[in-house]
Amino acid sequence: MGTVPSALKHCLSYQHLLKEQLWIAEPPAAAHPAQEPQTSGLPEYIKIVEVGPRDGLQNEKVIVPTDIKIELINQLSKTGLPAIEVTSFVSSKWVPQMADHKEVMRGIERHPGVQYPVLTPNLQGFHSAIAAGATEVSVFGAASESFSKMNINCSIEESIEKFGEVTKSARNMNIPVRGYVSCALGCPYEGNVVPDKVAEVSKRLYSMGCYEISLGDTIGVGTPGSMKKMLEAVMKEIPLSALAVHCHDTYGQALANILTAIQMGVAVVDSSVAGLGGCPYAKGATGNVATEDVIYMLNGLGINTGVNLYAVMEAGNFICTALNKKTNSKVAQASFSTGTIN
Amino acid sequence: QVSSAAASGGYPKRVKVVEVGPRDGLQNEKNVVPTPVKINLINMLSETGLQVIEATSFVSPKWVPQMADHTEVMQGINKLPGISYPVLTPNLKGFQAAVAAGAKEVSIFGAASELFTKKNINCSIEESLERFEEVMKAAREASIPVRGYVSCVLGCPYEGKISAAKVAEVSKKMYSMGCYEISLGDTIGVGTPGSMKEMLAAVMKEVPVGALAVHCHDTYGQALANILVALQMGVSVVDASVAGLGGCPYAQGASGNVATEDLVYMLNGLGIHTGVDLQKLMDTGTFICNALNRRTNSKVSQASCRL
Repeated sequence: MGTVPSALKHCLSYQHLLKEQLWIAEPPAAAHPAQEPQTSGLPEYIKIVEVGPRDGLQNEKVIVPTDIKIELINQLSKTGLPAIEVTSFVSSKWVPQMADHKEVMRGIERHPGVQYPVLTPNLQGFHSAIAAGATEVSVFGAASESFSKMNINCSIEESIEKFGEVTKSARNMNIPVRGYVSCALGCPYEGNVVPDKVAEVSKRLYSMGCYEISLGDTIGVGTPGSMKKMLEAVMKEIPLSALAVHCHDTYGQALANILTAIQMGVAVVDSSVAGLGGCPYAKGATGNVATEDVIYMLNGLGINTGVNLYAVMEAGNFICTALNKKTNSKVAQASFSTGTIN
Repeated sequence: QVSSAAASGGYPKRVKVVEVGPRDGLQNEKNVVPTPVKINLINMLSETGLQVIEATSFVSPKWVPQMADHTEVMQGINKLPGISYPVLTPNLKGFQAAVAAGAKEVSIFGAASELFTKKNINCSIEESLERFEEVMKAAREASIPVRGYVSCVLGCPYEGKISAAKVAEVSKKMYSMGCYEISLGDTIGVGTPGSMKEMLAAVMKEVPVGALAVHCHDTYGQALANILVALQMGVSVVDASVAGLGGCPYAQGASGNVATEDLVYMLNGLGIHTGVDLQKLMDTGTFICNALNRRTNSKVSQASCRL
């Protein structure tokens, strides 16, 4: 490949590359006016649901001070992200990282046009969330009995009954509820998960009133093959427009899996700024896919997200500095060298 | 087109994985690896089921010190039947040295960017192809197959955007010169499924898809998604590097080659036959990372879940 180190000096700065390659300054349509539609069959718009402040931070070892959490969310609010999962109204005994849920909920700026859902595992959490000002909530089911038992100490059926209480109250108060289905492509305890089971649980949550079902590859073992089979089964029960994918990058498969999902018409994708959040089932492994890397791919496909990649990278830089950790986003790694932007 | 291929499960039944770790990977690693370690790496890779292992580069040690032991490596490795051990030969001199050392297949490197060619080998694309013609002629006479690489197919660190038409033009020239296969390299990893599709559509007008390979870098995390699209378009040869060896010389601290383990994991999940034993591959990755005193770039290796 020729000489190596001296090449660095003469390279285009990363900002130049970003502008040209990533269409930072303009939306994809403007950047390629004369181009034939490259994304035939792909959604024109994809909603990104940012889960970094909740799913991401929840799986980080270091407890993050409340003001840092609030600052992160405020920065994310300015990036164009349409939905930011803020916190979890769960007992601080179980999830110490989310103990400051009330303060965070009350402390963040609420930007118009941005949703700020919170996790509410039960009715108590739901009431607490509403009291703190939440206007959207999420409930978490699983496609694996063992996972349900190990995680929340009850069967899938029992957990759905509990969520039923939440969705009932939420309906009375006009609060939208998002449903998550964990272990959609594999379980750390059971191994293989049958697509029909995922479809069954998804259908239950959807019938209960969840407006959207986010299918989670909790341990990241899925591949485009298993993603396709699972989505085919779920799409028999749930309209496409109500589906989202929540892919973990533990085996490096996330973007390929997301691509498969969007090729099948899924138009909502969960991700975490800087790829925050490791995997509790594989020590040292990564977890959530990085928002920056997802947006980079969607920009390249000419798909509109409304999100400013550069602003997300800045927010990622902020939280990684605060956590004193390296980013898990490859786009960020490639763009920032030795910690300084310029 | 792409989505209907996906919907109908349109993937190749078999994919040939070309392992570039010992050459492209090691060449971009900071630490110089002792010859016995290189030989052991290649021998271990030979046991994994891989059919093609790029062994070394017959280039001047002044330019690439890591490959200074090319003759010893070529002569020292176990050459298993059914496995090809191509080597890089940037010019006639390198070609002759390679053949003398026992090479049975060689590779040459072109680029789709004038500026990249100028900075890298100090000549124009046209001039570089003229130099390669000497190698092609000698290879033809010796019945030695030649693989052609085209760098910067989805972006250039100096020129920025690269036109798909240019990639098609260079690929066509190299194919017409006699290269049996053209490996299209996203040298700085900036490509996305969008640009990959556009580039392949242009190249496939000039070169049969059966003669195409993709060589994706994972610098922006896009490699597997890009490879997926290439497979959907009919490409069935994919380059990768064990443990994701090899950083990116154009983005300090960033990653380079896609990890063979992660690629094979994905292909297994798609039911695509590779013949590669993932566990043996992971063991080989562990070996070379220990020898290099570095962490693996393979996520599959990092996760090593008990599932």
